[in-house]
Amino acid sequence: MNILEINSLTSSYNSNIAIEDITFKVKEKEYLCIVGENGSGKSTLVKTIVGLQNKDKGSIKINLKSEEISYLSQSSLKDLNFPATVKEVILTGTQKHKKLPFYTKEDHEEVNNICKTFGISDLLNKKIGGLSGGQKQRVMLARALCKNPKLLILDEPCSGLDINISRELYKTLSDLNKNQGITIIMVTHDLTEIKNYANRIIVLNRTIKYDGSVKDWKGI
Amino acid sequence: MQEIIELLNYPFISRALIVGISISFCAALIGVLLVLKKYSMIGHGLGEIGFASLSLAVALGLPPLYVSIPILIIASFVIMAFSQKKGASGDVVIAIVSTGALTFGVIITALTKGFNIDVCNYMFGSILAMTNQDVIISIVLSILVVIAYVIFYNRLFLITYDEEYAKASGINVTFYQFLLALVTALVIVIGMRLMGTLLISSLIVFPAIISKRLTTSFKGLVIVSAIVSVVCFVIGIFVSFFMNLPTGASIVAVNILLLIIAIIVSKIMKR
Repeated sequence: MNILEINSLTSSYNSNIAIEDITFKVKEKEYLCIVGENGSGKSTLVKTIVGLQNKDKGSIKINLKSEEISYLSQSSLKDLNFPATVKEVILTGTQKHKKLPFYTKEDHEEVNNICKTFGISDLLNKKIGGLSGGQKQRVMLARALCKNPKLLILDEPCSGLDINISRELYKTLSDLNKNQGITIIMVTHDLTEIKNYANRIIVLNRTIKYDGSVKDWKGI
Repeated sequence: MQEIIELLNYPFISRALIVGISISFCAALIGVLLVLKKYSMIGHGLGEIGFASLSLAVALGLPPLYVSIPILIIASFVIMAFSQKKGASGDVVIAIVSTGALTFGVIITALTKGFNIDVCNYMFGSILAMTNQDVIISIVLSILVVIAYVIFYNRLFLITYDEEYAKASGINVTFYQFLLALVTALVIVIGMRLMGTLLISSLIVFPAIISKRLTTSFKGLVIVSAIVSVVCFVIGIFVSFFMNLPTGASIVAVNILLLIIAIIVSKIMKR
């Protein structure tokens, strides 16, 4: 079953066309990586998919409820001095599309469980800004996985992190994809590493230059 | 102590205390959001626009609140709208709007026959400026701000921490930003005659900056900020009375002193 269908999508960034005539479909349980040079339109594409950016033309059809989609942006990892604890940040993952002013007991239990899974229970009361890059990345992933999403969209989650931490994340995502059936769409420029984990790549340079399996990719 | 108790018997002091505590409490709550979102200059800009609106009210002989409330609400929305625009630099917009408003206020004052003492008080604050109407408005405003803060707390935190994630989660970020602009405008309108139009933004900025050095959680920041704001206000207003100093300047001086202490304490705690 296709969970995402994009047809002839064109979108602009700062009045310049960033992506043009993009058409592709994503099946359930795929691990898709969108790769390309800086300025190739990767982030614009995912931002348009999650509704952060308006489209100029084309259509986006997502066959999921909005609460079944999770998004991890580049900006989530940037502010290092924000006064918030790890628990306060992860709890926001339970907030998606919910109108309650307070977190419920279930929300707290959910956060505790996901923190156990990611081995970050001891960080819950620590300030988010005091964490290492790898710890912060696990926190953000834990937040994205609250409420058990069916589709996880990540925009350059390894930006600025060293190769070992990046590998650990790719492996974790691969496990989530295989064991829990979560569909993954990840923007990255790290083609060398990701070919060991993803089962499909889209190479973007304003338009789609390649869409297929990783092993058939020969480069441009 | 006896002097302080006697002081509280003066109606103007009681009014100033009630309005000031209410406004400094509200200012601290919204200040946390404005400072963390790097919108703290909005308060300063609105203060200067407030000066222009008060000058206009004096020149026209109209009650200050009737002129200032609509002008500051519109101005806050305009500043927020420009700050949201892609490619626009929010601080430049605030600098242009606020200096323009200050110029407008000075010209009106110069054209008004005989420099009115009210205008000078508006710039630097006066303990005598509060009326019974201000007391009622500030209490109602504080209650509304606290209710809104409690109801929207989780969303306000999410928008402040990670705006993109909030938008992607379906939260109407623009609505909350304009709500914040509205509350900021109202806090400034009510507080500016007590604190002074040039100093009112300090009520918004200082408590958050001081508390940020002392807390690790967002909830802690909000609570400590509210306490710091009210304590500094109360100390400042008594300093103002006993030393015969302008109200706004006295309160800012107490805030500056506490900021210096907070910097020292946070440095010691980090060792």
